[in-house]
Amino acid sequence: MPLDPSFTGRTYPPTAPYQVGREKIREFATAIGATDPAHHDPAAAQALGHPDVVAPPTFPFVITMAASRQIIEDPELGVDYSRVVHGDQRFAYTRPVVAGDELVCTNTIEDVSTRGGHGFLTTRTDVSTVGGEPVVAVWAKYVVRGEA
Amino acid sequence: MELPAQTFRVTRADLVQYAGASGDFNPIHWSDRVATTVGLPGVIAHGMFTMALVGRAITGWAGAPDAVVDYGVRFTRPVVVPDDDQGTEIEVTARVREVTEDGLTRLDVTATCGGEKVLSQARATIRTTR
Repeated sequence: MPLDPSFTGRTYPPTAPYQVGREKIREFATAIGATDPAHHDPAAAQALGHPDVVAPPTFPFVITMAASRQIIEDPELGVDYSRVVHGDQRFAYTRPVVAGDELVCTNTIEDVSTRGGHGFLTTRTDVSTVGGEPVVAVWAKYVVRGEA
Repeated sequence: MELPAQTFRVTRADLVQYAGASGDFNPIHWSDRVATTVGLPGVIAHGMFTMALVGRAITGWAGAPDAVVDYGVRFTRPVVVPDDDQGTEIEVTARVREVTEDGLTRLDVTATCGGEKVLSQARATIRTTR
């Protein structure tokens, strides 16, 4: 079923706040082998001017992946998740994510199209603090593979 | 200017650990049965795990864990991770494309596995002055 191009430009309501935990940042940094003390030791992060441990650059995807279910599982859009392939990913940071952040995600569908039998979906997620301070903008492009 | 290459070994255990830490439990990243059913040669690394390792290379070159201001990739080829102790290896290189007057360095990044590019249009901007 082709994706409905009229969803282009649709913005979803902000997600519930995600509390960024120090141990979650440590766990994520350990899983990717990121040993810089600023990911693990609050004092090392504070020496760089941050209030608490700093998340590695791709950590925000943990939050935006969960938030993007709003779009991927939108019954009106009708994406078949079993056919979704992650095509592109980009992060544009205002500042790094740090432990203690309470972050909300605002999802926007930037583009929906169907070409050559495949669906293409570009999403932008603006990640900001509950106080409205922008932290990082996250783009993802997904390909929804057509039926063979 | 070319930056020194960095290599990252990836084993099945790494994928399991990343699945847990990231919350991405898609079985193509841990089950050969599911991976081959959907037409893959076997279990593949999470694209975001590859992107995270390349991110380590970038922060390594920057010399600071908080220096990345923009980072984007296109996933072009899966990283197949065999079920043995050696796993596979991702090699990351980069070229400095531009150094701006306001202290930003733009990198064109290349990531290969077994001699094949696994990312395209991989670019990062890092802050090189504090």
